[in-house]
Amino acid sequence: MNLSITTQIAKTHLLSKKRQTLVAMLGVTFGIAMFITMISFMQGVNQFLEDSALDASPHVRMYNEVNTQRPALIDQLNRSDSAFNVIYHQKPKEQLSRLKNGFLIARRIEQEPGVLGVSPQLSTQAFYNNGPIQISGTIAGVDIDRENRLYNLKSRLKSGTIEALRSNPNGLIMGNVLARKLNVREGDKVSVTTPTGGTMILRVVGTFGFGIGTVDNTKSYANLSTVQEILQKDASYVTDIHIKMFDPLLALPLGKKLRAMYGYYTEDWATANSAILAGEKIRNVMTFVVSMTLLVVAGFGIYNIMNMNVINKIKDIAILKATGFEGKDIVLIFLLQAVFIGVLGGLLGLLIGFILSYLLSITPFNAGDFLSIKTFPVIFDPKYYGMGLLFGLITTVLAGYFPSRKASKVDPVSILRG
Amino acid sequence: MEKVLKASHFNKYFTEPDRFQVLKDVTFEVNKGEFLAIVGKSGCGKSTLLYLLSTMDTEYEGTLEINGQTLTGRSQDYLSKFRNEHLGFVFQFHFLLPEFTTLQNVMLPALKLGRYSEKEVEHRAYEKLKMIGMEDHARKLSSKLSGGQQQRVAIARALINDPTIVMGDEPTGNLDKTNTGIVFDIFREIAQENHQTIIAVTHDPDFAAGCDRVIEMSDGMIISSHENQI
Ligand SMILES: Nc1ncnc2c1ncn2[C@@H]1O[C@H](COP(=O)(O)OP(=O)(O)O)[C@@H](O)[C@H]1O
Ligand SMILES: [Mg+2]
Repeated sequence: MNLSITTQIAKTHLLSKKRQTLVAMLGVTFGIAMFITMISFMQGVNQFLEDSALDASPHVRMYNEVNTQRPALIDQLNRSDSAFNVIYHQKPKEQLSRLKNGFLIARRIEQEPGVLGVSPQLSTQAFYNNGPIQISGTIAGVDIDRENRLYNLKSRLKSGTIEALRSNPNGLIMGNVLARKLNVREGDKVSVTTPTGGTMILRVVGTFGFGIGTVDNTKSYANLSTVQEILQKDASYVTDIHIKMFDPLLALPLGKKLRAMYGYYTEDWATANSAILAGEKIRNVMTFVVSMTLLVVAGFGIYNIMNMNVINKIKDIAILKATGFEGKDIVLIFLLQAVFIGVLGGLLGLLIGFILSYLLSITPFNAGDFLSIKTFPVIFDPKYYGMGLLFGLITTVLAGYFPSRKASKVDPVSILRG
Repeated sequence: MEKVLKASHFNKYFTEPDRFQVLKDVTFEVNKGEFLAIVGKSGCGKSTLLYLLSTMDTEYEGTLEINGQTLTGRSQDYLSKFRNEHLGFVFQFHFLLPEFTTLQNVMLPALKLGRYSEKEVEHRAYEKLKMIGMEDHARKLSSKLSGGQQQRVAIARALINDPTIVMGDEPTGNLDKTNTGIVFDIFREIAQENHQTIIAVTHDPDFAAGCDRVIEMSDGMIISSHENQI
């Protein structure tokens, strides 16, 4: 193969029209830079949302769904096709959302393979009162050590300690945004009222922040026995079992299995966070659509320029063929130019993409209370850079191949005859 | 005498704008080391014939044999290689690659052939340029040369691979008297000493008169072939 001679010719062609080469290159550069920036940013957002949402939610949650749509008794007993029953104002039956034998179930689940931790808990809606301020939220009665094992609560504490809750039966660890709204701090008291009417004054012994608005805004942790006391329930009353796995993907089959085993509803993280996962998919599609569009546009630019190039060089091609260059040499001469444009433009694009993503990653971004970030989330993953370069190369080779083929098909006689 | 080229019963038609026959049963042979001139009125088909002999035009009836090899019906790639090794051309209009230097233009076919290292090729190219008196312009871009100079560089390029046959379509058409003389002498010399064959289309009666043999064409046919007495 005459690689060196074809390379030399390709180089000479490129250098003899630097401006065209530069324009073609910048097309690729722009496309790749955008691709890198977008994918780094979008994946950063995905990762951030996924992390913060998944960190704060159980892999599997087991609970008892309260079904208020019970059939009327008379319909069950007196059923006939020739008559119908009329019932006015049927009241829903009082139903407890308790998990019977919750602790036993929890202990059993702990034995399942792949389970990192299990936390049986009692969760209820509550009103928080501090003087005239009244805010609704939820309160979870937990075994704080178990809960810590699941959600790494220690690292989420903004003030106070977990031990303080353990040692203080009337303690409360409150979401930091909720605490701010209530204007309470570690050591202050709030009154908690449940929908069933129970009230208790609890002392804030700590605050936490998951960085997710819907949690930090509304939730507090108390000791399980405390919440049972407010609700006036017995010591075995739990409503939820939260389960964390070592591998989140194993949560899906486990959820199904537990549901079949115990007859309670189970919800896995994928279902619970389907909005986030859907958003992720949309962002991925968007990233690829935009990047591909840019690359296709760049590809057409290269195609155009290479085509013009071939037309301008048609005499040269005829001479080369006349003096013994074969079709594949000619293809190589022009393809090499496209590849050179692709590689150089691509590398420049990677650099610019990196710089743009870096600038983005240090740009201050205030998401308010909703998300706990200070700058845009950006992921720097070599994989994206490899992908960018690959896409750039594929585009340029494709865009360069067809003009190159055309060049190799030039009939020298018709050109040289003059 | 060893035959280096055999053209048998060449018929060639152009279909545009109307179908008409450019070459009519052209048959001739050329000896090794012969300096042959093809003459005839403008439009009689000399260039067309030369393109057939050059193997670049493959649409014809008849058979072409060079160096004992039948070239009719061969693939384009095969013919490219063959041209590179065995044939040298000087076109009617001086055709050089404008972005390359004089030296590079001469070197290209030899680099493609790959028989010699790049250093040797450069040395040989210099020799050829010296032969035609262009060595001073070796590093100049070929587009900066005058028409006559380009024509001479094209001759050096045609000779770089020591081809069996050198073909020229009015190779001295753009040259003044002195340069025509130089080119003629080069052709004469390589024919005599290297036994390379020259086939040149020419309008110059003096040029034709100096050749070994002159073939005269008219209307797509060979009407006469006579050897010059020197
Ligand atoms: N590509 C072509 N298509 C149609 N006719 C052509 C073509 N090339 C040449 N001709 C015609 O063929 C004839 C021979 O042309 P040519 O071989 O160039 O003559 P010359 O002897 O002057 O070199 C001329 O009449 C010319 O007009
Ligand atoms: Mg002619």
